[in-house]
Amino acid sequence: MLGLDKKDFNLLLIVACLTMLAPFILNPFPEGSGLAQFNAGYPDLMQRFVIFGIFAIGFNILFGLTGYLSFGHAAFLGVGSYAAIWMMKLLTTNVIPAMIMAVVIAGVFALVVGYVSLRRSGIYFSILTLAFAQMSFAMAYSVLTPITGGETGLQLKLADARILDGALEAGVQARANIFGLNMSSSAELSLGSWLFTFNAGYYLAAIVMLVAFYLAIRIFRSPFGLMLRAVKSNQQRMNYTGLNARPYTLAAFVISGMYAGLAGGLMVAMDTQVGPERMFWTASGEVVLMTILGGAGTLIGPVLGAGLIKYMENILSKINSDILHTWFAFLPDGLEDFIITLIYPFIGKGWHLTLGIIFMLVVIFLPGGLVEGGQRIAKLFKRKDASEDTAQSTPAE
Amino acid sequence: MDAIVLQILNGLDKGSAYALIALGLTLIFGTLGVVNFAHGALFMIGAFCAVTFSRILTWSHTVIDETKKDFLGNPLKVEVPHIYDWFGQTTGDAIIDWAVPLSLLFTVPVMLFVGYAMERGLIKHFYKRPHADQILVTFGLAIVLQEVIKYYYGANPIPIPAPEVFAGSFDFGALLGFEANTIIYPYWRLVYFAFAAVIIGAVFAFLQFTTFGMVVRAGMADRETVGLLGINIDKRFTIMFGIAAAVAGLAGVMYAPINSPNYHMGMDFLVLSFVVVVVGGMGSLPGAVLAGFLLGILESIASMAQVLEYLPGLNQIIIYLVAIIILLTRPRGLMGRKGVMED
Repeated sequence: MLGLDKKDFNLLLIVACLTMLAPFILNPFPEGSGLAQFNAGYPDLMQRFVIFGIFAIGFNILFGLTGYLSFGHAAFLGVGSYAAIWMMKLLTTNVIPAMIMAVVIAGVFALVVGYVSLRRSGIYFSILTLAFAQMSFAMAYSVLTPITGGETGLQLKLADARILDGALEAGVQARANIFGLNMSSSAELSLGSWLFTFNAGYYLAAIVMLVAFYLAIRIFRSPFGLMLRAVKSNQQRMNYTGLNARPYTLAAFVISGMYAGLAGGLMVAMDTQVGPERMFWTASGEVVLMTILGGAGTLIGPVLGAGLIKYMENILSKINSDILHTWFAFLPDGLEDFIITLIYPFIGKGWHLTLGIIFMLVVIFLPGGLVEGGQRIAKLFKRKDASEDTAQSTPAE
Repeated sequence: MDAIVLQILNGLDKGSAYALIALGLTLIFGTLGVVNFAHGALFMIGAFCAVTFSRILTWSHTVIDETKKDFLGNPLKVEVPHIYDWFGQTTGDAIIDWAVPLSLLFTVPVMLFVGYAMERGLIKHFYKRPHADQILVTFGLAIVLQEVIKYYYGANPIPIPAPEVFAGSFDFGALLGFEANTIIYPYWRLVYFAFAAVIIGAVFAFLQFTTFGMVVRAGMADRETVGLLGINIDKRFTIMFGIAAAVAGLAGVMYAPINSPNYHMGMDFLVLSFVVVVVGGMGSLPGAVLAGFLLGILESIASMAQVLEYLPGLNQIIIYLVAIIILLTRPRGLMGRKGVMED
């Protein structure tokens, strides 16, 4: 189906079902119950899940397949965002041209950066991409203020040109839409004490992610993907067999930059503003964390990693000591306070600490990320004679 | 002319910090072959050693002073640092005033221990893993260390004053024959530069003139042969890791009065220090020092008003720009050795 073998098609189908039903799946707890704060089914967070999923899928095409560790991928995300917002300011608030432009501009930028950076490998490549990204950040912050809006960034304004759109009615604000359907419009479904929100923007982003995921599978399974894995396993051998690896790695770099640009464009489509902090190197570090945490070189890993980090960032960070006290209220006072002192550093504002520890544990014990963890657990329950062929999620060596 | 001299001086203190951190990074890389992304965190821990030490010094207890009354007419409660009880008030004040330099003594053992623990506990297990894994695990460690510090010390910068003697500024202009008050330079920055020079000199002397240093240098050149000669090189490299951590920590302590310590200062410096190391050449100690001062001074010169008039924003990007140019024209950096990191 769709040029995929059965296993990949099933994976795609599962991911499609999960993303389409996400408003239900992520909202398992009824409103008003004590566990409702674990619900992640609100539009803003779901959009982040899929957008950062796209970003991580793209990063994985570069890092997972070729092994080139880029520390500057946020620059492409930022460039895509700026391109998208300018399209929406100048042309139309319809998000389609904005997204196309984001991908194209990010791709061109990635071509330039990649052409220079890929002349070196290993740590030098990491530092070069980092340098380019930091330069873009610094320039967006200072010199390029006429284009980027400097520190304040860019927003949609009433005075924007919007050549293709008609004049706005009085009192109406320009909003991101797709052929008139407002990105922030939602339908709500109330079942008993459960409340489910279906957001137009989320579904657009989810469909884009599914397309991106499908393309990533095709790339992974193509001869081109195989070539990229060969680069990772032994570039020396590639060179000696008479193959120039540069065009392949450059293509991978550009593709992964385009994915980042697409994610940036979608971010603007969901929330029409851009600031330079999006390009700061910590943002690049974040996508590295996502990919490694989920499992570099696997198909589904980066999406899982992106989901996990965004979930922690938004849900774990909301838990404060009052909430902990209500949870452990059943314990005797002394014990309650003791347990809360133990847990407190790891939640709320300290969620980065939890993230750092989980990340270190994954790098040390599970180089294949959560996916490898899942496989190991699955293996425990599988009979010995079960097929050992787990090709679809074996990390690219 | 005087503006250029001033900017070169300004570049020196930043360059000193870059050079010290880059020196430690290169030591670790050259000996153990590990790319340590947690080195910035060691710099930060050093700065927080100064914070901790000055807090220990000002650790106080409440005394009721019967001779004075507060506005309600009750006896006044006065916070008296314990150190007054031990050394008397004058000496106590002097010690508190000199908290930053004194905390160097406290920092060295702490940092040696931190470095040793880090190498034995974590880095040791990553020698055989790819460089990407080393970068990732130390990156994770940096996040953890930084968050732990944030938990205990809060997210705000904590100002730490330099000793009273160094509080003022020095009029360099008069000394060099310019007009008075054209080149004003804070004393503490001079101290920092001198301190950096001493530390760098000490590290080089240690490597150059001691038997231990000779063995370490031999190990850097060819680890297996040194092992074949029956020398336990791993143990010496572990000690070098501790020394590199101590250098970063000392750099952090002395930097505390220049820039109030906060939990993310390490990361800010780390990114630039990595650029410095790569520009200097991976594994080259003189290269790291040279590139540190060079980039520090270039950054200062680029932020002169006369330069910014023609090339706005240059100060923001100059370091990265130089790094890109050098990496593309001199692949091994300024003074890189052959055969290091060329896989």
